This record gives sequence, structure tokens and C-alpha cells, in this order.
Amino acid sequence: MLKQTPFHARTAPLCLGQNWRRWAGHFAASSYDLVHEREYHAIRNSAALLDVSPLYKYIVSGPDAARLLDRVVTRDVMAMAPGRVAYTTWCDSAGKVIDDGTVARLDDERFRLTSADPSFRWLHENAHSLRVAIEDVSDSTAALALQGPLARTILEHLIERPLADLGYFRLTTATARGVPVTISRTGFTGDLGYEIFVDAAHALPVWDALIDAGTPYRITPTGMLALDLARIEAGLMLADVDYVSAHKALIPAQTSSPYELNLGWTVKLNKDFFVGRDALAAENESGTAWRFVGINVEWEPLERLYAAVNLPPRLPTVAWRTSVPLYRGADQVGYATSGCWSPLLKQYIALAHLPADHASVGTPVEMEVTVEHHRKRAPARVTSTPFFNPARKRT
Amino acid sequence: MTRAHYDAIIVGGGHNGLVAAAYLARAGRKVLVLERRELVGGAAVSEQIFPGFTFSVYSYVVSLLRPEIIRDLDLPGHGLHILPLESTVTPMFNGDYLAGWSDHDLSRGELYRHSPRDADAYEEYGRLMHHMAQAVRPILAMLPPDPTSLSPRDLMGMLKFGKHMRGLGAEHFHALHKLMTMSAADFLDEWFETDVLKATKSASGVIGTFLGPRSPGTAYVLLHHYMGEIDGVFRAWGFAKGGTGGVSEAIAGAARGFGAEIRLNAPVAQVIVKNGRATGVALENGDEFEAPVVVSGLDPARSFLQLVEPKELPGEFTAAIRRYKFRGSSGKVNLALSELPNFTCLAGDDSRRTVLREAAWRGAFSISPSLDYVERAYDDAKYGEFSREPYMDIIIPSMIDPGMAPPGQHVMSIFVQYAPYNLTGGWTDARREAFGDAVINAIARFAPNIKSSILHRQVITPADIERVTGLTEGNIFQGELALHQLFFFRPAPAWARYATPLDGYWQCGSGTHPGGGIMGASGRLAALEILRRT
Repeated sequence: MLKQTPFHARTAPLCLGQNWRRWAGHFAASSYDLVHEREYHAIRNSAALLDVSPLYKYIVSGPDAARLLDRVVTRDVMAMAPGRVAYTTWCDSAGKVIDDGTVARLDDERFRLTSADPSFRWLHENAHSLRVAIEDVSDSTAALALQGPLARTILEHLIERPLADLGYFRLTTATARGVPVTISRTGFTGDLGYEIFVDAAHALPVWDALIDAGTPYRITPTGMLALDLARIEAGLMLADVDYVSAHKALIPAQTSSPYELNLGWTVKLNKDFFVGRDALAAENESGTAWRFVGINVEWEPLERLYAAVNLPPRLPTVAWRTSVPLYRGADQVGYATSGCWSPLLKQYIALAHLPADHASVGTPVEMEVTVEHHRKRAPARVTSTPFFNPARKRT
Repeated sequence: MTRAHYDAIIVGGGHNGLVAAAYLARAGRKVLVLERRELVGGAAVSEQIFPGFTFSVYSYVVSLLRPEIIRDLDLPGHGLHILPLESTVTPMFNGDYLAGWSDHDLSRGELYRHSPRDADAYEEYGRLMHHMAQAVRPILAMLPPDPTSLSPRDLMGMLKFGKHMRGLGAEHFHALHKLMTMSAADFLDEWFETDVLKATKSASGVIGTFLGPRSPGTAYVLLHHYMGEIDGVFRAWGFAKGGTGGVSEAIAGAARGFGAEIRLNAPVAQVIVKNGRATGVALENGDEFEAPVVVSGLDPARSFLQLVEPKELPGEFTAAIRRYKFRGSSGKVNLALSELPNFTCLAGDDSRRTVLREAAWRGAFSISPSLDYVERAYDDAKYGEFSREPYMDIIIPSMIDPGMAPPGQHVMSIFVQYAPYNLTGGWTDARREAFGDAVINAIARFAPNIKSSILHRQVITPADIERVTGLTEGNIFQGELALHQLFFFRPAPAWARYATPLDGYWQCGSGTHPGGGIMGASGRLAALEILRRT
């Protein structure tokens, strides 16, 4: 039996189409409504409530907690003040990405790491001789994401105090109807949003309180299909979809360095030591072979491909997660790993891997599309990400 | 007196004027838009009529905003966000309802409840309408040729048009001919037996016309819904965030981004004509602006009978414009509500009913319980009365965009037909309120709590639409969308291509092809023609 999240008693009756998928061994709603359209628009127009409990979560504590995480991840954890959250990657000794997630400094000697894959063993292996305790709180901590332009207003009603001072990638503690919660200004939608962590035993009252506070603001329980659209618009990548973990790759070509994933900004080479530092320093010196970029498919040529067979363009309403070839001239030069029609931007967008010499913004490429069973090439351009980046995300 | 010089002046900052301004500015022209009111949008405006409650005062949904305009002007980048309208629920007199949902299986199941035969027919009907819409859609982006002209361009245009029609094949051509000539009721009779389905579908076909569902020539508007579907992922059928003013603001933002200048509170008194050509405009305050291109986004009556002296235009042209039919037939009631309307047809406490009710509130309610109901509503109007029991298309924007009303409260937008401009005895304050009362009473038959939940009420008659937006006789389409006023007849034979008999003077409003709704196609086609010819 798959695991149920601490919110399952609330989410299950809402899942009208019984439309579930798996996430880290849990049931996760693909969409609650029969179609996901409204949930997507809630992310961009009001507030979407997502059950993100299946995330792997670890509490790292003790006098050397900061040193352990600083040793493991590429960001500078020693420089993080309590109340800060950092998005980061972590690598193997070859400088290839194992996973990405967030590190939150809860207090001086206490951190929470979230990850897409189990990380318990990797943390332990790197904790040798350090005074730390590593606790897997994946099941005992429930997590919700409240994302969208009205997320702050709803949370302020919930915790009965202003949140305007809580900056981007900062966290605070609060009580929601008597339940202690941690609120961090983070998310996976590229919009104004927060993640709420709560003891699993108190999960349901927090859900209920959020629904109460949020109903006048059209809070909308939202599933993974809508999230997938939003995260592509935000240019955010997924392990196992957009890159392969160095711990899972079967051949070296499947691995990626942070630089190759457009995450060079998370690599702090001026730190003393961290896993993969030497390899990353060398790559930084010699240059990176691959880039991770945005692709924008031009509409009129795509429309013509369909018009040639007397059809209006047909694009999937959900995001795709397959490897799609990218061409320049006769040659395949790279591949897209996820893409979608952005209902908000009205653009056909994708995230893609391209060699550095084909990856500068504006480079014309062609993306493979299948029109009435036939493989065609649709002109596209390399663009910067995020595709959608509203000011409210940070302000 | 100021006397600034521009490449083009647009009279009227309605959505078509703004689209034309944006395209002209995008091509490098120095453009000035002059808007009489304190905000842009014309009939596509959002205003806080009551504190905290925002209304799309006149128009209410976006239907066929052209994909090419959305792309060319990057409207999403300027804040355009079309939110889905998920459903249409029609309450019936017997306490039941008919619903159309965005989910295909749900809709089919619902129709099957009323008629298994119709549920099957609906699929075939949808396929035919898809083909019809595909046939008609290119015409929306086509410059109307003049069928009486022998100029190579017109002949080519007619040839293209003819080829397009021939390409349809016999079956589709015949269906198209029926659609263009039949009444909506007759056309639907050939397909369906469920009266409430036919009533709801045909009612959406008479919006903005002075015709009833049994009047010939109303069938083709049935295509509109399907044309949106042909637009596929660009489908702009829904509710604009912030109301329809959000669309106007996005277009204005794009126009400004391209360098166009927009002046508000700048009513134009007349077009200045020198030696038989338009050379600029004069404002009511005496300010004058010069430009070799003057474009009117106003309706044909305003453009040719008010802004320009009769002597500057040929008599037969002004005569044709005088014959052009406006005949506003619709009104609008905007309500601020303390609670949601409880439609008795959706009452019930079980979880299925709760879900249904929630979903219905996010969509439209059509007050069209039977074909006879809608036709009778028209009968009243034929003889100069507003409908005692009108057809209504109702949405609750605050359920879609919570920013439209204070938390926990709501706004309701009620499109009402029929309310004839030429009301017997004329529109007075008392008649306006009586009309408002008729609307509320008609809703209360289906949702009794409506009366006690009204915090504020704004009633808009065709006379009000004319007074505030300037639309002659309050016609929301700048003139009826009837066959004799479409394509190469819009607004007058031989002058359907945005040029006018007065050199330097152009037209770009909904009174030109293809007109109607928040499409922007007239503004775009006008701008492209101006760019080609000047």
C-alpha cells in the first residue's frame, strides 16, 4: 500500500476524479477537479494549496550541524543566519549533482534539509567525526505550500500578524489556531508563496484553518499537474525529469554539474571544502560544455505545420516530461526535458539541455513535434529563464 | 492653443482604437490616442461603482480576442490574464436545471439525463460546428473585398473568398448556408429535442441584436462558441482578471510601450478638414492636433454624422450610414451582494450538491428556461417595452477573481435582453428602476435569496450605455451584427475596408468588419490597411 500523507483525510474526498499519482511512495493528487485548469490559474491569480508532505525532510542538529551541511552542499551554509533558507544543489566528488533542495537554518545549531530523493545515508557518510544528529523527519513533519498572489493575505489571517517583513527565502515560526508552525517564503511555482511545516500529528487542524481563512480569497487545493505547469514557467527543474542524479546515473553522460544545470550561482568556490569542490573549481576554470536553458517555440510556424494537414494546432494541456530532440541545421544538438503550453503567457515553452556554443539567448533551434503521427521540426529560440517572474515573488 | 503634430491620431480609446494605436506605433508611427473619458476602454472598462466592488460595467466576458493580437502586442506581458469560465447552468421552471461543464464526460452525462438522443447528437453537432467555425474563421482576419469592384485587388479578394467557400465541399457549404440564413431555433430543431438546451444555445445567439431566437439570420452566431475552440490553446473565452477593463489596460500598456501617447479627458469635437482631406482634430476645449491620418474608433454614426461636417462626405454615403441599424437591445444590471445566490435547482446539502453548487457559481447562469420564454422576452421588445421576464446571462466575477469584491462578498454581472433603446415613452429614472426590478424579480424566481442579499444595484439601460460610452442607441456592437451589416456591408457598401470617402480619415471600430465583442480584429485590420496605404 502506498503511504498516505498526513493530509490524506482532507485531500481524498476532494479528489473528484480519483486522479492520483505517486510521489516518493505517497499518494499525491494530480488534480482535484476533473480538469486541472482552475488549479493552475489559482497559482497565478489567487492562492493554491498544495500538499508537499512527500518531500524528504531531515533535521540536522548539533554544534557541527552547519559544518556538516556546508561540507555537503554547494551553497555557503556557514554564512547563513538563523531564519534564512537557501536553495542549493549537492554533488558527488566528481562535481556532478546528486540532488537539489533547500537548507533552512532554524536556529544556531538546527537545520532542516529538504530533498527530492532520500539523503539520510549521504548525510551520515559525510558526518564523520562531526558532532551532529541527523533525524529523518519525512513522515513526522507535514508540509503544505500556499502559492499565489493572495497567499500572504491568507496566511496573515491565519496567524493573525503581518508577514510583509518576511523576505524571500526567509522563515519564521508562528502559531496557527494554537498549532506551532514554521513558515518559509519558498515554493516551487515562481510566484509569491510560502511553505508551511507542521508536526504531522497536528496537520489536519492547520489544513482546516487554512481553508477557513482562505475561502473568501478563493484558496484552491491544487495538484501536481498544475504545479508542473507553474514550475516550468518558473524555470525550475526536477530531479529524475530534467536531470539524473549522480547517484542514479548508469553512464557518466547522464550526469550534470551545477554549471551545466544553470545553477552555477549556487556553487560557492570560496568555501573551504565541500564535496565536489575540486572538480567544480576545475570546471569553472576550463568552461562548461552544456547549458540548461529555456526554449520558446514560435507560434506561426507551428500553426503552419498543423494547417498543412487541415488542423488547428493541438498542444497537450498538461506538461510533458519526455526527452525531445533539438536541432540546428541537419544535426541534433540537444534535447528538451520538460515543456508545456503556458496558459498565462500564451507561449509554448520548454526546458532544455544544449551545448554551450548553441545556448546563448536568441539562438534559433528547431524542436521536434509530432503532427498527425509525423515528426516535424518547429522553429524555436533559446531564451533565458524564468519565463514568468512576477515582482511579487520577491517583494 | 496647442498644435502638436503626429503621424496618426486615434479618436476614442476603446479597445479597437487602442489596438490600432498599438499596431501603428509598433510600425514606428507617432500616434496620439484621444479619449473623452477619464479611463481607456470604451465599453470594456472596469470601475469601482461602489467602494470595494469592481464591475466590468458594460461588457462582461472576453470571447474572441484574436490570438495574433495577443501575440503581436504581448498582452500577457502587459498583464492580460484570461481566467476560465467553467460552466453554464440554466435553471428550469420545473425545479430542474441543464448544465454544460468544461469536462466532456460531465456535460454528456448531464445532457443524457435530459435526452439520450440529444447527448449523442451533441457530439455530431460539435464536429459540424468545428468545421463551420474553421470555414468562417479566416474571414475574421480577411480584408473584405468589394464584390462590385473590378479592381485587381477586389477581384483577387473575391477569388480568394470564393475559393475558400468552394473548398468547403458540398456538405459543409450547405450547412454553412443554413447557418447563415436560418433562425437559431429552427437550426437547433434539426438537431435537438431538449427545449431548454435549444433555448440556452439560441439565446446566446441573439445577444446584442434586435432579433429573437425564431428570427431568421440568428443561427450563425451559434458558431461563435466554436470559433473560440478553433483558437485552441489561444482560446480567450473567459473572464479577464480585473474585469474587461483589464483587457483595455493591457492593450493600452502595449500601445504606450510602443511609444503611443494616450490622452484622457480629451473629447474630440470635430475632425479638421482642409481642401477635402482630414488634417487633424479639434478638441472640445479648442486644442488642435495635426496628423495626416485620423482614425475614428467611434461608431459609424459618430464618425460620419457627428465628427465630420456633412458637406465633406458624399450624400449617398451619409445616407447609407443613416440607414445603418443600431437599435440597442440590451441592458446590464450590476449587483454588489452580501452572499451568493442560492439557486433552488442546485439546493441540497449532500456533498455532490455542494460540489455542483460551488462549480456553478464559478460559471455562468443562463436565464433561458424555454424557447418560448426567450421569444416572449423579444415580443415585449418588438412593441417598445422591456422584457417583463428577460433573458439573462449572469456571472459572479468575484468567484473567479477574488479581487473584484471585498472578502466574503460578491459582485454579480447580469447581461439583460431585451431592453429596447426606443422604449415607448422613453427611458426615465422611474423606467430604469422598473426595468431593474423586473430583472431582480426574474432572478428571484430561481434564486429567492437574491433580493435580501443586494447591497448595491446599478441598472444600465441602452440610453445609459449611449450617454456614458457614446455607443449610438446603446448598441454594444457599434451596430447590429445582422447579415445585411456584415463583411463588405460593414458599415456601408464599398467602404468596408477602413478607408472613408474623406481622404486621410479612417475607421477602426466595431462598426467595421468583423466587429462585435472584445475581438480587436477591426482595430488590427484597420491599422494594417493604414500602414499599407499611407
